[in-house]
Amino acid sequence: MSSKRTLFQKVWDDHVVVAESPETPAILYIDLHIVHEVTTPQAFSLLRELDLPVHRPDLTLPTLDHSTPTTPVSSYEDLLAAGVSAANQVRQMEKNCEEFGLDLLGYGSGKRGIVHVIGPELGATQPGKTIVCGDSHSSTHGAFGALAFGIGTTEVGHVLATQCLLQRAPKTLEVNIEGELPDGVTAKDLILAVIGQIGVNGGTGYVIEYRGKVIEALDMDSRMTICNMSIEAGARAGMIAPDQVTFDYLEGRPRSPKGDEWNAAVKRWKELRSDDGAKFDKSITIHADNLKPMVTFGTNPGMVIGIDELIPSENGVSFKKALNYMQVEPGKSMTEIAVDIVFVGSCTNGRLSDIEEVARILSGRRIADGVRMLVVPGSELVKRAAEDRGLNKVITAAGAEWREAGCSMCIAMNGDIVKPGQLCVSTSNRNFEGRQGVGARTVLASPATAAASAVTGYVCDPRSFS
Amino acid sequence: MVLPNRDIDTDQIIAARYLTTTTKEGLGRHAFHDLRFDKDGNENPDFILNQPAATGCSILIGGNNFGCGSSREHAPWALLDYGFEAVISTEIADIFRNNALKNGLVAIVIDIQTHEWLLQNPGSEIGIDIAAGTVTLSTGRLVDFAMDGFARHCLLEGIDQLGFLQQQSAAIEAFEERRN
Repeated sequence: MSSKRTLFQKVWDDHVVVAESPETPAILYIDLHIVHEVTTPQAFSLLRELDLPVHRPDLTLPTLDHSTPTTPVSSYEDLLAAGVSAANQVRQMEKNCEEFGLDLLGYGSGKRGIVHVIGPELGATQPGKTIVCGDSHSSTHGAFGALAFGIGTTEVGHVLATQCLLQRAPKTLEVNIEGELPDGVTAKDLILAVIGQIGVNGGTGYVIEYRGKVIEALDMDSRMTICNMSIEAGARAGMIAPDQVTFDYLEGRPRSPKGDEWNAAVKRWKELRSDDGAKFDKSITIHADNLKPMVTFGTNPGMVIGIDELIPSENGVSFKKALNYMQVEPGKSMTEIAVDIVFVGSCTNGRLSDIEEVARILSGRRIADGVRMLVVPGSELVKRAAEDRGLNKVITAAGAEWREAGCSMCIAMNGDIVKPGQLCVSTSNRNFEGRQGVGARTVLASPATAAASAVTGYVCDPRSFS
Repeated sequence: MVLPNRDIDTDQIIAARYLTTTTKEGLGRHAFHDLRFDKDGNENPDFILNQPAATGCSILIGGNNFGCGSSREHAPWALLDYGFEAVISTEIADIFRNNALKNGLVAIVIDIQTHEWLLQNPGSEIGIDIAAGTVTLSTGRLVDFAMDGFARHCLLEGIDQLGFLQQQSAAIEAFEERRN
């Protein structure tokens, strides 16, 4: 083994229980397993069938987010706003947690929320940890220098039963962001630009490490937005080396180490950076200086342009099918597109700073006639923090809806859906066909772009609102 | 059966509104739902799965970057339940490939030329030899594909991966001791 290691290699090496060989993958130990109602019922059923306990309830963090309505819930009847099977799935999760001795952050806990929002805000997400969840946006936690990736339900069962996974080491991809992010251009715009440049499969087989001055200058919410969308480039994980910004964010959080343990942890965490001269399997550089607010025009996150650019033309069948679905044409500007719905929320952009940005733009303004705008906090803690600052009042005064925490319209399996043909400017992560509802047309954008679009009723450059 | 579009995501394979189930069974009827049916629930005659040519097909030839997006294991469950036994593409997304292989859905990455031939010859009979790592085209041509040795072993022997992990419980406990 080379003495110069990447951040990924350090975290990986630290968690190998049994090394990989040509015949067998490595057995990798998992420090934190976040679980939710949608991708776990079949795994709990398997445990029940095999009469197995959850091996480490203390390393398992369960919550409810995907199938929960974003209207207030205090009874089963309230859950039905998301549909009968969704309500039953939530009830099943509550039963599973009780049966297997897991401390569910569910209704009444005050801490329920999207898996990738609550892990960090509780301080459960920490540098150097291995973190998994049955959700592809688990890459979010890599913003803290953790190795975090999404797994399927079979693997959820493996982790519940053994706290381990069978894994082949992925390759490493260094993404250097050079220059300086221009005013009015956010982390969401940056990651959309990265995906546009490397493609929706550019990271397949790799773990990305985001590096450079631009990344170092970002706050934790922004770093989470970046790592969150690594999977949209095909990479299972994205990582950022922890630094003082990371430590300041974590200090004093409920599950962060305390006292002497805190000091020891920070000392350990400071070692978690790629050594000078460490080799990546691939390196690319992205220049931030000329970046614009970005918007998608097609049906995957790689089909993206600057807000002031024109929709490109390509010959491929898939490209034409995407433009046809979106009802847009090459050579036109996205700013000509009228908006029906604006969705602010999700594990990508449902944190306090996202809601602050939206409130800043909505303050003293009204959303356009005919536009419906949902602002959905990523967790109950985010919701309370926003309400303590009066942001909910700004949002509702502008004519937008202030909802309960959850995945909401990002995934359209909880009652919040975009109707066929409607156009939604969304701060979420996927503009796939039907993602936000059958026939829904999604334009991915930053919270600022979403809010500006709500005000004007058209896809809009937020820099005119500064 | 051939689905030539690139970047077919797992949302298209199985839409999120069908993920509220708590079992694995019966997802096949929702596979590719929004492509198979119009908004009134009528079959879309233009979609390949609804055409006579697709009847009885057990191998899905997908465009590049098949299975990207969400980690939902419901995607391979739905394809298996529908009747597919294998997926072939020039590139298959990491999580989907893992999930597929863990459920016995054979996920094969093949070279561009062979892929192109398969796209041009829908409905042709092809054979897959997992042990040998070869695909036999209807022309008789043999094409090699790479597959992780452990995944191949598990497919062939029906190895229970959870059982495999449990056999390492001593090593796992020793690891936990060491870290405490």
